[in-house]
Amino acid sequence: MLSIKNLHASIEDKEILKGINLEVKAGEVHAIMGPNGAGKSTLSSIIAGNENYTVTDGEILLEGEDISELAPEERAHKGVFLSFQYPVEIPGVSVTNFMKTAINESRKARGQEDMPANEMLKLIREKSELLEIDRKFLSRSLNEGFSGGEKKRNEIFQMAMLEPKLAILDETDSGLDIDALRIVANGVNKLKSKDNAVIVITHYQRLLEYIVPDFVHVLHDGKIVKSGGKELALELEEKGYDWLKA
Amino acid sequence: MELKEKLISSFMAFEEKIDFHQELHDVRSQAIKNFESKGFPTKKEESWKYTSLNTILKNDFSVFPKKENTIEFAEVKKYFLHEIDTYKVVFIDGIFSSFLSSTSHDGLDVCLMSSALNKPKYKIYIDEYFNKIASKEESLTSLNTAFASEGAYINIPKSKVVEKPIEIIYFSTGSEAALMVQPRNLVIVGENAHVQIIERHQSLNDNPVLTNSVTEIFAQKRAIVDYYKIQNDVQTANLIDNTYIAQKQESHVSVHTFSFGGNITRNNLNFYHQGERIDSTLKGVTIIGDKQHVDHYTLVQHATPNCESHQNYKTILDGASTGVFNGKIFVEKEAQKTDAFQKNNNILLSDKATINAKPQLEIFADDVKCSHGCTIGQLDENAMFYMQQRGIPKKEAKALLMYAFTSEVTGSIKIPELRSKIARIIADKLGVKMGFDL
Repeated sequence: MLSIKNLHASIEDKEILKGINLEVKAGEVHAIMGPNGAGKSTLSSIIAGNENYTVTDGEILLEGEDISELAPEERAHKGVFLSFQYPVEIPGVSVTNFMKTAINESRKARGQEDMPANEMLKLIREKSELLEIDRKFLSRSLNEGFSGGEKKRNEIFQMAMLEPKLAILDETDSGLDIDALRIVANGVNKLKSKDNAVIVITHYQRLLEYIVPDFVHVLHDGKIVKSGGKELALELEEKGYDWLKA
Repeated sequence: MELKEKLISSFMAFEEKIDFHQELHDVRSQAIKNFESKGFPTKKEESWKYTSLNTILKNDFSVFPKKENTIEFAEVKKYFLHEIDTYKVVFIDGIFSSFLSSTSHDGLDVCLMSSALNKPKYKIYIDEYFNKIASKEESLTSLNTAFASEGAYINIPKSKVVEKPIEIIYFSTGSEAALMVQPRNLVIVGENAHVQIIERHQSLNDNPVLTNSVTEIFAQKRAIVDYYKIQNDVQTANLIDNTYIAQKQESHVSVHTFSFGGNITRNNLNFYHQGERIDSTLKGVTIIGDKQHVDHYTLVQHATPNCESHQNYKTILDGASTGVFNGKIFVEKEAQKTDAFQKNNNILLSDKATINAKPQLEIFADDVKCSHGCTIGQLDENAMFYMQQRGIPKKEAKALLMYAFTSEVTGSIKIPELRSKIARIIADKLGVKMGFDL
């Protein structure tokens, strides 16, 4: 699914990623953990195509195709989804209208017709039930005045609507109370299949109790310094990240 | 001959041709004298510092419409709010078009200024309201007053809630090489009455037009007036809009100005308070590019206690366009407990675009709430990335973001069909087709 080779990236001449290698196969869940400033969010932004960063070396392959030169929307059309740590507020544009636009733009890019209105409504109903989202919520302006938890739940709702091949959840657990965390995790688990893959970026082990990873990677100073199974997350929880600095 | 001289020399001939009562002739003589002594405003005047009329005035404008022109409705249907039933007062090259209009005298007057100025039954209203709130000092308003003969006359009696919006549309056909028109509108809204009005100026080809329009609006006690100005004209059309609003106690008046088109557009919007607990709303969206120029010059004269005013202007400038926002709030000594709010947000999409923003608060009362905020920025890159990440291409994402930026203004349009129309104009202006009605 995703193959990252020797990825180096920088922002304003400051090198943030210093040679990342990562293999994610379809059907797998990977967790990327690490202390603040390790480059976790940078990695997710770069996979999604944020133009503020410059890839200086290496490659990002999605199903064998190098996507590192593609615009963010082109990557999205190929099935990359990033759940933002800080979703952006867009006043005047409802959640529903935003999703309609996003879905139909993707369809257009794939040479498909717009999704018929009744099909769209059905999809929205189905996915909003999955995330236990109230109907009224969907007619509100996107993220405007949403609580932290509502924003995150809305991100996963969008993920459910767009059905990506590769979903990256960037600190999705931050700002969530335990009930919301369970709903969000439940949503992600139901969307998981043998054909897609999930990368969970998190600082804490908490989310991983609900979304159980197949692999855990520790990112430190722009490099993956350790990889292992789900037990590595528990070990990190116990020991913290201080040992990395030693 | 320069335009000023041409206008002054035409004035005499014009007065002889027209049969008004003596008071009106006197008003007009005074007005032309004021214009003669002041002439067209220049950048030397503080209030015209950022807007020059020089390039426009070089055109050899015809100052009188020569002949009546006709237009097929199908040709101009898109300029109307055709999805719903409306009253219509339509002019072609300054001359009333009965064919395109739908006027009324049934429980209200939606008709012509020329009738109101001429017919005895309207004399009491003309005596009481005509040229009573319009400036006697401002030269362009005086110029309009001197030539005022046609426009819309709207008189809504006490307690009348007008169900249908009223559309006032001025078309220019371009049958003259260059045309100057001076519409004059008078709107009187009685106690507890409620009316919605849409005004539009539209050229049908690229021959230069200069419109110098004056509108006087009188809102009586507890009247509600919602006025919408759609400025989406071709880029050879110039508009100077002078609007004067007098509000009595507890009246609510809102003016939304949507400026997307035109070459030079100047909006002089003036609110005068004449009673307590008045509410005034001034909102605008300006989206222009190329070498377009839009200047909003607003004044709210808080003269009485316990009144509110809300201003919110959004501007998006591309190309080598220029935007001006000069918002003056004047709070007199008597106007205690005034709540005056002003917001002006601007986005520059190009290095060559210019915005001149100037809030001007003059406060003489000591117990008031006045605030203003002005921002100038670019489109939010994080928001762009967010939308692109969801599969929305850059151009559409940009459009959506700009739409979002204007939503505080478009969201308060009370006529749903108009809201969709404005959204469509915005989408069109931004060159996108959204998957939904923006």
